[in-house]
Amino acid sequence: MVDKVSIWEALGFRKASGVGEAGWGYTLIVAIVSFIYFIPVLMIIFMAIKPQDVALSVPPTLSPTSLFGLIPDAYVFSPTLENFTSVFSRSMTAGGAPEDTGFDRYFFNSIVIATVSVMLALVIGTLAAFGFSRYPLKGNDTYLFIILTTRMLPAIVVIIPVILMFRVAGLSGSYIGIILLYTAFNLAFTIWMMKSFFDELSLDVEDAARIDGSSEIKVFFKICLPQVVAGLAATFVFGLILTWNEFLFALLLSGTDTRTVPVAMNQAVSSGGRGTDWTLLAAIETLFLIPVFLVTFFLQNHLLRGVTFGTVKR
Amino acid sequence: MTSTTVPAAPPAFTAFSPDNWRLALIAGIVISAVAIAALPSGVAFWITGIMMALVAIAATMNAVRRRYYGGLLVAPAIAVLFVMNIFPLLWSLGLSFFAYQSNQQTIRFVGLNNYIKVLTNDLAAKDNWAALTNTAMFVVFTVAAQMVIGFLLALLFSKQFPLRKYLLILVLTPMMLSVVAAGVFFTYYYDPTFGILSYIMREMTGEQFILMDNKAGAVAGIVFADAWMWSPFVMLLVLAGLVSVPKYLYEAAAIDRVSGWRQFRTITFPYIRGLLMLALLFRTIEAFKIADLVILLTKGGNDTMTISYHLIRIANEQNKTSEGAAISYLMLFMVIVLTNLYLYLANRRTQGN
Repeated sequence: MVDKVSIWEALGFRKASGVGEAGWGYTLIVAIVSFIYFIPVLMIIFMAIKPQDVALSVPPTLSPTSLFGLIPDAYVFSPTLENFTSVFSRSMTAGGAPEDTGFDRYFFNSIVIATVSVMLALVIGTLAAFGFSRYPLKGNDTYLFIILTTRMLPAIVVIIPVILMFRVAGLSGSYIGIILLYTAFNLAFTIWMMKSFFDELSLDVEDAARIDGSSEIKVFFKICLPQVVAGLAATFVFGLILTWNEFLFALLLSGTDTRTVPVAMNQAVSSGGRGTDWTLLAAIETLFLIPVFLVTFFLQNHLLRGVTFGTVKR
Repeated sequence: MTSTTVPAAPPAFTAFSPDNWRLALIAGIVISAVAIAALPSGVAFWITGIMMALVAIAATMNAVRRRYYGGLLVAPAIAVLFVMNIFPLLWSLGLSFFAYQSNQQTIRFVGLNNYIKVLTNDLAAKDNWAALTNTAMFVVFTVAAQMVIGFLLALLFSKQFPLRKYLLILVLTPMMLSVVAAGVFFTYYYDPTFGILSYIMREMTGEQFILMDNKAGAVAGIVFADAWMWSPFVMLLVLAGLVSVPKYLYEAAAIDRVSGWRQFRTITFPYIRGLLMLALLFRTIEAFKIADLVILLTKGGNDTMTISYHLIRIANEQNKTSEGAAISYLMLFMVIVLTNLYLYLANRRTQGN
């Protein structure tokens, strides 16, 4: 083939062949698409740093800076950090002194409950996935399908028996109860996801190790697990995002001590009968977004490489 | 596989050994039954729990001695799922055959009456069918939108380019938002007075623009919000498949001058089929349960009631627990048929090639 570099390609646009690396021109296109996709999130973040009096102004204020005069003054607001402090401490009655809102506790609860339950689901689910993949039981597919059906019913159907069960066992409003429930809630996805990773691994290396006299435990920890580290990362991120933001179970099952942020957020915003407090909601959501955002960002390389590993065909 | 020693023979039924799970099971059932009948429910609960743990220990010992690894590995997951999901599900299945309201003490066996009522009773059945057709519509629209948008985004990110990592996280962020906050903020974006959407439309057309005042607009608003939030999920799974395609296949195809479409169909698609299927499966299951965005955006108005929201109203607000259970089992039946169809088609495709 004759390599003729067109002006288009010289500017950084490569032909869409799926091979190799694209240039800065391509980055520009993706950046525009990504930015448009990100706008609703950006508006939440900007709402979090808006002064309360311009929160609902018409025309909507769009930017904290005028970008060197690019954006007309009518759309610019002056940023403030006041909303973030009022997440943790604000006056609950009109003109009253600032009170502690307890949000530090709710953030702590969210972190503990989500981390422990996702890790637990990952350990139990990975073991089960390995079992389903390597030592198929009689009626293996039936078991897998039953596990999948646990995700199919709306939470509301499971919740009434669970509430009664927790009450009898003395688990209502405790960390153990809600953590176990979220573990179960995450298991179906964890097992299906990890099984698809184990299924794609080559069996040759494992069998060679077994012939050399390695125990099954050693085969699992030394050979299989290192190959799916990235799959674990992907499953962890998905599980964390789902658990972090879960609302209905948390609303009906967590006590005052174990309340998570989504529940508290809902209460903080809708209480008081003054309508939605937009800047407060935005500030809570922005703070609440930061931990999952950071985890996802740092696991991102694993996320892509990991799933890649999983899909290498035998 | 080779094994150095032969697994031990199963224990005799009457042998009093720690791996005799059959004896443990029978003893457990008898003792639990006596406890439930004779003791207060709190004590009986814990005795039953201890008995279950004993049976579990015996079964584990049995599995270890007989090298029954499959069962051993799967057991903890099954145990957690049984206690937290399957047992409550069976409980509510049982409730669906009784007349029971969670705010009253009485409970009465009515057989299939709840099912007959939700399917044929003039008033209830009409609401249920309307909610069901709306749900089907949401499933089709949201899942289709998510698959298409997610797929296109994945294509966009499948190449290596500068700053890829930083742009990717921007697209992933909507998925990380709490549904409560995202839903509430979409009411703000769609708001006829303050919302950005109405503002833009007003500037362009000079007329008042209200998105949510008719069914088409309300559905579009909900579908847009849901698709926006969950397309990144599809994108991530598809992207994982796309980056796993070996580069040499494309190079070979380029030399043979294979057309773009054929390249996609014969090289790319086989690599992403499994993950596409997983994404489709989990998004369909989730779409069937769509309720929170509907509650936040329309409260079921403009004929946007979904079956899951309808269920929350019946079971939680009207306390008709058993009627809700009946509806949800009919719903579960439909989702099972649908997912089995998916899995069947996926397997047939795989074997066909």
